[in-house]
Amino acid sequence: MSHGANTALRMDAVRKVYPTGEDEVVALDHATLTVAPAEIVALVGPSGSGKTTLCSIAGGILSPTEGTVVVGDEDISAYGPGRLTDFRREHVGFVFQSVNLVPFLTARENLLVVDEIGKRTGAPAKRRADQLLDELGLSDRRDHLPSTLSGGQRQRVAIGRALMNDPDLVLFDEPTSALDTALGQQVMELIRDEMKSRGIAAIVVTHDERMTHYTDRTLHITDGILEHEATVS
Amino acid sequence: MRLALREMRRQPGRFATAAVLLTLIAMLLMLLGGLLDGLIARSTGAMQAQRADLVVFSSTAEQSLLRSRITPATRAEVEAAPGVRVVGGIGVTQLGARVPGNGPRDLIDVALFAYQVAPEGVPAPPREGAAHADRLLADEGVSKGDTLRLGPARTPVRVLGFVDDVSYSGAGTLWASPATWRTVQNANRPGSSVTAGVFEALVVTTDGDSGAVARSIDRATGGTTETVSRRDASDAIGGVREQRSVFNQIIGVTLVIAVVVVGLFFALLTVERVGLYGMLKAIGARSRTLFGGVIAQAVVVALFAAVVASGFALLLDAALPPGAIPYQLLPSRLIVSTVSLVIAAVVGSAFSLRRVLRVDPATAIGRSS
Repeated sequence: MSHGANTALRMDAVRKVYPTGEDEVVALDHATLTVAPAEIVALVGPSGSGKTTLCSIAGGILSPTEGTVVVGDEDISAYGPGRLTDFRREHVGFVFQSVNLVPFLTARENLLVVDEIGKRTGAPAKRRADQLLDELGLSDRRDHLPSTLSGGQRQRVAIGRALMNDPDLVLFDEPTSALDTALGQQVMELIRDEMKSRGIAAIVVTHDERMTHYTDRTLHITDGILEHEATVS
Repeated sequence: MRLALREMRRQPGRFATAAVLLTLIAMLLMLLGGLLDGLIARSTGAMQAQRADLVVFSSTAEQSLLRSRITPATRAEVEAAPGVRVVGGIGVTQLGARVPGNGPRDLIDVALFAYQVAPEGVPAPPREGAAHADRLLADEGVSKGDTLRLGPARTPVRVLGFVDDVSYSGAGTLWASPATWRTVQNANRPGSSVTAGVFEALVVTTDGDSGAVARSIDRATGGTTETVSRRDASDAIGGVREQRSVFNQIIGVTLVIAVVVVGLFFALLTVERVGLYGMLKAIGARSRTLFGGVIAQAVVVALFAAVVASGFALLLDAALPPGAIPYQLLPSRLIVSTVSLVIAAVVGSAFSLRRVLRVDPATAIGRSS
């Protein structure tokens, strides 16, 4: 990782346009955004507002049509699909809306997936997985399959997996949407504590304004346009 | 790869349908292969057992022992050809044989061979009126010491004992001296009688390149002979090429079915896994890693099917009474069937490649389930 960089994420005038026949749909329109290391940003907007597109571009899943995207100290704007895949594996963490753990792997193996899909390091990865599970309070659940874990425990495993590659940036896609309010708050506290203690920047996509209390900043997006910023004291 | 293999260990039920279908296909492949090998062995055993590199026919015989005649003069030319080491004459007469104790119309098919160079597993030519018998005849009720009466002339031939794997054209063989053969041939096939020193073909061992020696033999005889390898002579036996062709076509179709089964199964499995693949791609898995996992799973299913089917083939081989059906289990057949099945599995699973490549990692984000 490159936590020494001054910014975790910098997006300058980023556009994403999808052609639809003779027309085109602007999913993201000149979005400019800077996220500092250890900063947690909430991204709020209605369905179809462009938050998924912004998140996907920031995480190297999509390439921008125009503009510049720098994660850590690496400009990924012009990367092709193969290079973006390697970049995601090494520099970005993801926690998906549906948690998306591999159902036939134990909690520990779900963390080690990150190592197995890349250049395997073996023992160091196992040590890191054990350490993360310990820090996330899942030591006694390491050999459990996702189906035997509670919703909160599954979310912790997903966070652990996102941290396995010691990322510059972690993207959380609606991390509390499947949880009740109390559990959602616990998960947001966990995200805040884990990101802050590790100095890792995070973008949290959410519909739920209540969850923005746990983030440093809230960005609203509508029709592909980042509207305004609010800083939480 | 490890991820794919772990999935098979943790969720074997997902692969049960493909494993059962492929096992049935593998059983069919090995059964067909065993029957083909058994049929070919019954047709060609006598020729395959010859201790020879080459077989010399008369040029007009189209590699048929029945139509071929080699005179002593031609034999002398063959023996003088460069590269020829040992030459032996062979001849065969196919007849019905009466077995002691059987009814007068209860004949069995036999092929009485004359030989000078003892084939693999066959003792030296016996005295006149006696023969070593193929084990297939024992399965048809012939015993050591029996005197068989051959053909319409009921020429007596006494069985001295049994030898293995020397059948000819589906019939059990009797291995006799040239004198015995001429007696039997001339008594029962007066229209095709043979004089002393005449054989139907010659078996030849060579020094050096047998292809070159074959050409030198045919040159030495002025083109009155056609010299072929032992394998070609075996294939020229009536029905062998046709049997091999028909069975290989059935085996080919069976392999195509295996490709389709694997292709459909993994195509369905890939559709089920679109979400999982999207997530894995999003966190940095390359398409080739995921596709490698699909191939690994197909190979494991194929190997499992091949191992179970091999066990079935071995059991069948042990359970079948000798001579009941022409079934022969060769290690090479098991290996070829296994390799073919694995290749079919890889080809079948390759149909999922496009689908794996098309999975978009962006689908992992913004998806609620």
